[in-house]
Amino acid sequence: MKHVTGLIFLAAILWWILSGYTKPLLISLGIVSVLFTAFLAHRMKVIDDESHPLHLSLALIRFWGYLLLQIVISNIKMVIIILSPKMDIDPRVLRVRVSQHGVLGNAILGNSITLTPGTVTLDIGNGEVEVHAINREAAEDIENGLFDQRIPSDNGVNS
Amino acid sequence: MTILDILSGTLLLAGCALGVIGAIGLIRFPDFYTRMHAAGVTDTLCAGLFLGGLAIQFGMTLASAKLLLIFLFMLFTCPTSSHALAKAARHGGLKPWTKAGSDGLDAMGHEGAKSR
Repeated sequence: MKHVTGLIFLAAILWWILSGYTKPLLISLGIVSVLFTAFLAHRMKVIDDESHPLHLSLALIRFWGYLLLQIVISNIKMVIIILSPKMDIDPRVLRVRVSQHGVLGNAILGNSITLTPGTVTLDIGNGEVEVHAINREAAEDIENGLFDQRIPSDNGVNS
Repeated sequence: MTILDILSGTLLLAGCALGVIGAIGLIRFPDFYTRMHAAGVTDTLCAGLFLGGLAIQFGMTLASAKLLLIFLFMLFTCPTSSHALAKAARHGGLKPWTKAGSDGLDAMGHEGAKSR
């Protein structure tokens, strides 16, 4: 029930941001569509801890701040590599053991690695991640668990 | 010309520069996988700076909230599409370019699906 309430709340905010209407008729139509969406999602049984990690909200927002910082740093590194006359690239594929077990943790880790320029996730699962890195420095960041250590632990989700 | 105009102009110009730099990297890098890294620059910081500059132009309005939503949406979709591309290339047997094996070899050499 907690998740359904959260979904209704989020969908209502989203509806209002995207439309911006304040007329009573249109708002009531919006309420009807939000409730119908929540009903459909409930009927399809897609509302659970995995699709709505409410219990992680605060930790996730803190992680996003860290992720944005890392994205900016690695962007600057990439710009330096691209613009230097003799490009410092030494691409490599590496497999690293990670501590994520849950579906959600793996998805967050894979997306974070791909989002930072210089590293792309090729494969993830079974406690391992396969990464294509542009040079030694980017590879070492992943080996040192740049994101792995920081991802909010999701004890309730781990399966 | 207020401070905010200057700030938003700076962000937009920096976004433009990053877009061009990403394109340069796309041309300079040797193979598919490394080019994905260059495209990552345009995906993330370039788009973020553009949206940030535009949001400053709009101020605290609904339009800014929509721009923030677009940015969040990109943060979720870009890695997904990048990962799909990389996995497809891997599945098709495209071997990553390496510094050591680069001499005399075609950077985009298709060797058949023997990499697994």
